[in-house]
Amino acid sequence: MIRPFFRLLTIFLVLLAALPAAAGVAIEHWTTAAGARVQFVASRGLPMLDIQVDFAAGSMFDPAGKSGLAALTHALLDLGAGSRDETAIAEELADIGAQLGGGVDTDRASVSLRTLSAPDKQAAAIDILRTALAQPRFEAAILEREKTRTIAGLKEAMTRPDSIAGKAFWAALYPDHPYGRQATPESVATLSRDDLAAFHARHYTAANASITLVGDLSRGEAEQIAEQIAASLPPGAAIPLPPAPAVGAGGTTAIAHPATQAHIHLGLPAIERGNPDFFPLLVGNYTLGGGGFVSRLMQEVREKRGYAYSVYSYFMPLKQAGPFQIGLQTKRSQAGEAIGLVLETLDRFLADGPSEAELAAAKANLSGSFPLRLDSNRKILDNVAVIGFYGLPFDYLDRYQERVKAVTAAEVKAAFARHVQPQALRIVTVAAD
Amino acid sequence: MRIRLQLLIALLGPWLLGAALANPYETTLDNGLRIIVKEDRRAPTAVQMVWYRIGGMDETDGSSGVAHVLEHMMFKGTPSVGPGEFSKRVAAAGGRDNAFTSRDYTAYFQQIPKEKLAEMMQLEADRMRHLNVDPKEFAQEIKVVMEERRMRTDDNPHAKLFEQMNAVAFMAHPYRRPIIGWMSDLEAMTAADARAWYDAWYVPNNAYVVISGDVDHNEVFALAKKYYGPLASRPLPQRRITAEPLQEGPRHITVKAPAELPMLVMGYKAPVLRDIDKDSDPYALQMLAAILDGHDAARFNKKLVREDKVALSAGVDYDTTARGPGMFYLSGTPSAGKTVADLEAALRAEIARVRQEGVSDAELKRAKAQLLASEVYKLDSVFGQAMEIGQIEAVGLSYRLLDRMREKLQAVSAAEVQAVAGKYFNDDTLTIGVLDPQPLDSKPHRPTLPTRH
Repeated sequence: MIRPFFRLLTIFLVLLAALPAAAGVAIEHWTTAAGARVQFVASRGLPMLDIQVDFAAGSMFDPAGKSGLAALTHALLDLGAGSRDETAIAEELADIGAQLGGGVDTDRASVSLRTLSAPDKQAAAIDILRTALAQPRFEAAILEREKTRTIAGLKEAMTRPDSIAGKAFWAALYPDHPYGRQATPESVATLSRDDLAAFHARHYTAANASITLVGDLSRGEAEQIAEQIAASLPPGAAIPLPPAPAVGAGGTTAIAHPATQAHIHLGLPAIERGNPDFFPLLVGNYTLGGGGFVSRLMQEVREKRGYAYSVYSYFMPLKQAGPFQIGLQTKRSQAGEAIGLVLETLDRFLADGPSEAELAAAKANLSGSFPLRLDSNRKILDNVAVIGFYGLPFDYLDRYQERVKAVTAAEVKAAFARHVQPQALRIVTVAAD
Repeated sequence: MRIRLQLLIALLGPWLLGAALANPYETTLDNGLRIIVKEDRRAPTAVQMVWYRIGGMDETDGSSGVAHVLEHMMFKGTPSVGPGEFSKRVAAAGGRDNAFTSRDYTAYFQQIPKEKLAEMMQLEADRMRHLNVDPKEFAQEIKVVMEERRMRTDDNPHAKLFEQMNAVAFMAHPYRRPIIGWMSDLEAMTAADARAWYDAWYVPNNAYVVISGDVDHNEVFALAKKYYGPLASRPLPQRRITAEPLQEGPRHITVKAPAELPMLVMGYKAPVLRDIDKDSDPYALQMLAAILDGHDAARFNKKLVREDKVALSAGVDYDTTARGPGMFYLSGTPSAGKTVADLEAALRAEIARVRQEGVSDAELKRAKAQLLASEVYKLDSVFGQAMEIGQIEAVGLSYRLLDRMREKLQAVSAAEVQAVAGKYFNDDTLTIGVLDPQPLDSKPHRPTLPTRH
């Protein structure tokens, strides 16, 4: 019975070393022999391991006319790979209590694995992960089935006001950039096995991979696992990006729909990951519409007038300039008044910037809440995977609070002036009277 | 006690031992408020949750939604904390706060850096007995709630189907009313209704506080005594919950709404846990749910979606715990070229297959392995641990019996799973709901709501 107590003792020592109260997390990083980037955070408190592998394989890389290819390629990774069919993969994962997940956005295709760290279970889970990444079968019958399901889902989404509004917003902001292209029933119908295989061969490579590990591992074990994963991938080459999106002219798109509420989005392309204006925009946006109940938009739209349940604004930095977005839903008959109120609130913020009290409140929350961003393995994984994939500095988390605190009101105003021009705002409404 | 501990160690590994011995800790204040503390020192954060034993099912006809409206009003100030000030103080502390209302309970929480816990306890104690329900604030907030209803239910065909299905499956029991409230009840509600609700139910003897994270339980108990201790208890009104009479025949409901795809929901009346030791069927039903829909190659997805392609998706929903009566839901969307009737036949055939042929040992073992692993994964979230304690307590069961529940689940046999498939899935207690998709004609289906001037 000595072992458990000894083990608990080491857990606490490791935790003290790894998680000082005010700083970030200790990220170890290296590159595998095959060229994949690796980030590792040891967290020995629980007998579990999270791995996420991110590839530059998001929807921005869909070839013209083949929108939906990135998402479908990702969806088929674990539906038959290597010697296992789709049933064997799902059953073997369940047998060891492991969970394989992930997703695709504009930039990234992510595959994540959560497993117990007991050696037999962990090894079996990682074997399935490696096979799914490197040897997906893309079986014809399964491809047809998943195309059918995807097309049905797209048609359903085309009836929902929130989906319609979201897609129209991106299309309006990025008319000449892949960020604005959407999968359609027609584009998905054209996708072939060859398309998937070619996309996979080009994008799911070591050069394009960022591997993040968080959990009950030593550095040596993490190195070994990362080598195994990377070695099973083809070396590949970095994928060139399309020309940066341009900010176009402003304007309004109004889409009719029978819903009781209008869905409203306003915005424009703003900043890419790593942009030096990120912290002034983050701090400023807290006051405008990022700070939940204490934001100006929430005060004006919800608290004072009861126009909406939810109203928000945010910057979404991406590989290339991602959107600044304001969103809300309101009774369709008052959509015009609500939009007027949002624009007035935005204009006043652009003109005056945050008050000293607002700036102090924004900094207090954003820096004070920092520990909440990192208080589970899952959250650490999410943050470190972003740092790895986008090539942010490895002291990003360590310096986060200090950089928030350093922002001045003048910097906020100048940064908003550079990235949010009211005359360039695109407004999209669905179901507004 | 010794046997249980050994089983736990065998199942979950030695690293849990320290945690299993004493944690969580509990005390009860003189005013009846219980404080439950789950220490977890992995990160310098904490969560406070205040749970009130009052939810949608305690409402009466004509005032549906008042539990949820009061939840909104709880952020509107007290004599010492102005309107909107609560959220401002939480934000200033680097915290995040919100609240949720269910049929069974209403709960409020703050996630904070650990050193801010005392301030959060002071704030929650203040609004437990000193809320202002200002008619002006109420007049704004009720509009917000109506927008919430439009967003969550009126414009969401699946939510609308579930709302109307519940109203048919339960004829008498208050579970028939939606938590968000019927629109006409929201329109008629006044600040006095919200005030009366607060006065009747928001007392320390109708609440418990769950705190988890990097805290010392003795310090938390002392803070609780300081802040919550002075609040007076008061006898609670009598709860008169109408029992649902026995259902004696199948019920059908169709909802027409703008959508592309139909949806089928089949809800069977099913038992929930009342006695963790003596009950057995809810455990077997939970294992049945896992075998039907617990992973990508579980029976529904494997057979109905992947092999037969009768469904685009198919799933199971069953909660083993609730204050009121339980339901076991089967649901799905038929594939193109298949009808709702085809899908219904396929779902029924899957239940019949369990009834006639049982389940394999491998399937059962797999479901249990997933459950065991999820117990470990659950510990990654401080918030999740507090939720688990709060939810089991909300239905009148003790968090101290969570381990016993896990043991009972691990002990379910294949024969028991087969038996519940035979026992509960008969048409006499079945309610079928169908979403009948309508084309979008882009015109409003109904006039916008009249304003109440």
